[in-house]
Amino acid sequence: MKYLYLIFSNLKRKKLRTGLTLLSIMVAFLLFGYLAAIRQAFEAGVEVAGADRLIVRHKVSIIRLLPQSYEARIERIDGVDNAMASTWFGGIYQEPKNFFAQIPVVPEELFDMYPEYVVSDEGKAAWLATRTGALVGRGTMERFGWKLGDRIPINATIWGKKDGGQTWEFDIAAIYDGAEKGTDTSQFFFRYDYFDETRANGQGLVGWYTVRVANPDKAAEVASAIDAEFANSPEETKSEPEGAFIQGFANQIGNIAFIIVSIMSAVFFTILLVAGNTMAYTVRERTNELAVLKAIGFTDRGVLGLVLGESLALTLVGGVLGLGLAMLLVSMGDPTDGSFPVFYLPTRSLLLGLVLIVAMAFIAGILPALQAQRLQIADALRR
Amino acid sequence: MFNWISQVVSVTQFSIRSLPERKGSAAAALLGIAGVVAVMVGVLSIAQGVLRTMQSSAGDSNAIVLRSGADSEMMSGLGGDDTRIIAEAPGIARDADGAIASPELFVVINLPMRSTGTDANVPLRGVQASAMKVRKDFKLVEGRMFEWGLNEVIVGKGARQQFAGLDIGSGIEVGQERWPVVGVFEANGGLAESEIWVDAAVLQPAYRRGNSYQAVYVKLADRADFDTFKDTLTSDPRLNVKPMRESEYYDSQSTTVYNLITGLGTLIAVIMGLGAVFGALNTMYTAVSSRTREIATLRALGFRAGPVVISVVSESLLLAFIGGLFGAALAWLAFDGYRAATLNWSSFSAITFAFDVNLKLLAQGIFFAMLIGLVGGLFPAVRAARQPIAQALREL
Repeated sequence: MKYLYLIFSNLKRKKLRTGLTLLSIMVAFLLFGYLAAIRQAFEAGVEVAGADRLIVRHKVSIIRLLPQSYEARIERIDGVDNAMASTWFGGIYQEPKNFFAQIPVVPEELFDMYPEYVVSDEGKAAWLATRTGALVGRGTMERFGWKLGDRIPINATIWGKKDGGQTWEFDIAAIYDGAEKGTDTSQFFFRYDYFDETRANGQGLVGWYTVRVANPDKAAEVASAIDAEFANSPEETKSEPEGAFIQGFANQIGNIAFIIVSIMSAVFFTILLVAGNTMAYTVRERTNELAVLKAIGFTDRGVLGLVLGESLALTLVGGVLGLGLAMLLVSMGDPTDGSFPVFYLPTRSLLLGLVLIVAMAFIAGILPALQAQRLQIADALRR
Repeated sequence: MFNWISQVVSVTQFSIRSLPERKGSAAAALLGIAGVVAVMVGVLSIAQGVLRTMQSSAGDSNAIVLRSGADSEMMSGLGGDDTRIIAEAPGIARDADGAIASPELFVVINLPMRSTGTDANVPLRGVQASAMKVRKDFKLVEGRMFEWGLNEVIVGKGARQQFAGLDIGSGIEVGQERWPVVGVFEANGGLAESEIWVDAAVLQPAYRRGNSYQAVYVKLADRADFDTFKDTLTSDPRLNVKPMRESEYYDSQSTTVYNLITGLGTLIAVIMGLGAVFGALNTMYTAVSSRTREIATLRALGFRAGPVVISVVSESLLLAFIGGLFGAALAWLAFDGYRAATLNWSSFSAITFAFDVNLKLLAQGIFFAMLIGLVGGLFPAVRAARQPIAQALREL
């Protein structure tokens, strides 16, 4: 208790300096939190990817299509529970910057394959009853202010219509929510039967398959079995776990994790200098006082603890404020105006932030603290 | 007036000479600012690099024709007949072989990235001989050109560096076939250097494209001919196409990536800059408070408040300038020319580019540093000048 009081009074004596140091630490952790959310957005999906799901695509190129007949052949392979076909529609809503994924699927297959997309029973029934119906994620609904029953025109870039038109119209039949915080609620699903009948060409061809395996431990074997099934055919496949597929995709954008870690290192190094410098300064300034404390019976260790405690108090308050502010800022929405499928601050990063706070307090405080510990009373009092 | 200036000079000299006594805190502020500038310049150089790659792809008097409604080659599609009609349009430059118009096929192929081993969508372009005439900067730097009609490929310099298995002598797997790499080319640092090129007649059957293409690149006889060229094509009832100048097309291709990186980079720089301002304020307040008596003495001797303010601000600006210079130099050494690959969202294909730390960015960085220095110095300076002299002199 007496230590807490001492620490507090010491921090109070130069309010301006304490305040400024606090603010710079706060900024560092604000940036830490914000960048963690950005990284999460770029690597969205890797964590929530189903361990029991595989993605099967054309071996030569992601843009090459696979026959729809592969679905039945995949499902006959040992260890495969279910397979679902998807295709990249790549349409544009109003203008290109309003990007979100549109994917034609068979509704029942989607409900079975992705239980994390939560749809009400009425929603399911409504979608099944509407041939031009779409199932839209909550995120995209809110982003454009859509309501159930709205008719949404989407301009096709890849899939022209049989009648020569490029504009497809969909009726929003149902909304899905994410079962977890990291679930992507930006997607727009519509019915494969409508898609296949309406598109000008490519009938019976699909983009890729999502396959659920009965036993996740056997996922790698099942993946090889699927690729072997289609080996030496005109359309060979490449199968990999859903997580690896998504990670591979994120890697194409760039090594986001590396860039963000580099930036954070620069930021922390900088702030460490500022905080460490402040701590060093306060100890130098108080050499006399610390000597008096020792003279009246504070142990060397006690003085060490006092300085470290001061450093910890400063960093803790600044750091927690910064993380809190980051949470607030992140909850206000993403900086790209909705292009990120998810944008939130993961709990894991918050915990890491707390660990960093303690580590930073220690590193910034340890040198001045050791200096204080080693103070010789007689020398110091004479200064 | 002269007196005032000489006061400024002497007080400033005075405070700058005393800098070494405060080297710890001065160095902390300086390095802090250097860090901010290095990160800012580094991140923004990614956006500059992408932009430069796109800009150096565009030929001055070149145009590209896509299907109307398509934003990129990937989405576009033109029949063989369409490409012939386009090549007959007025305004196109001609040589001995006829109009310089290059119908091209654009697809992607899965190849592992050298850095991570995971697949990338590497652009694979089917070309005819006119492709090299349209691109004046095309230059084979290693190996030889592929034989027309054979399934051989040449690869861009950037593609070879970023993706595995593109060295001369190795080959790419396309279905049951292996297409050997026989040459490496440069294209003035442009987008083509991220690509693999093959005879269009070889690529069409491999990707089941029949006799279709995706884009026609043309060289116009004169830049001003574009409008005639465009009007002829858009008014032709047989066609449903969108002609664009190459410069416009490449600009539109880089907008998404450029805006994303620039936006995020600026946001990060501003937040970091805020942190550095607090650091600088701390340093300068400390500097001022340790010199309270000194400054009060000067004031008692008749030095005015203005020179005192200016001296503190200039010290802070000097520190910021050195820090900014240091950070900018660091960013230049560490990032300029560093090659990386990213995904071009519009065409869904990989692009390779080099980070570009240019003069404009360096100037921006140093300017930002000076701004930090100005804010960091101004408040402490005003405080120093406002202190009541008698009280300050009494202070320990």
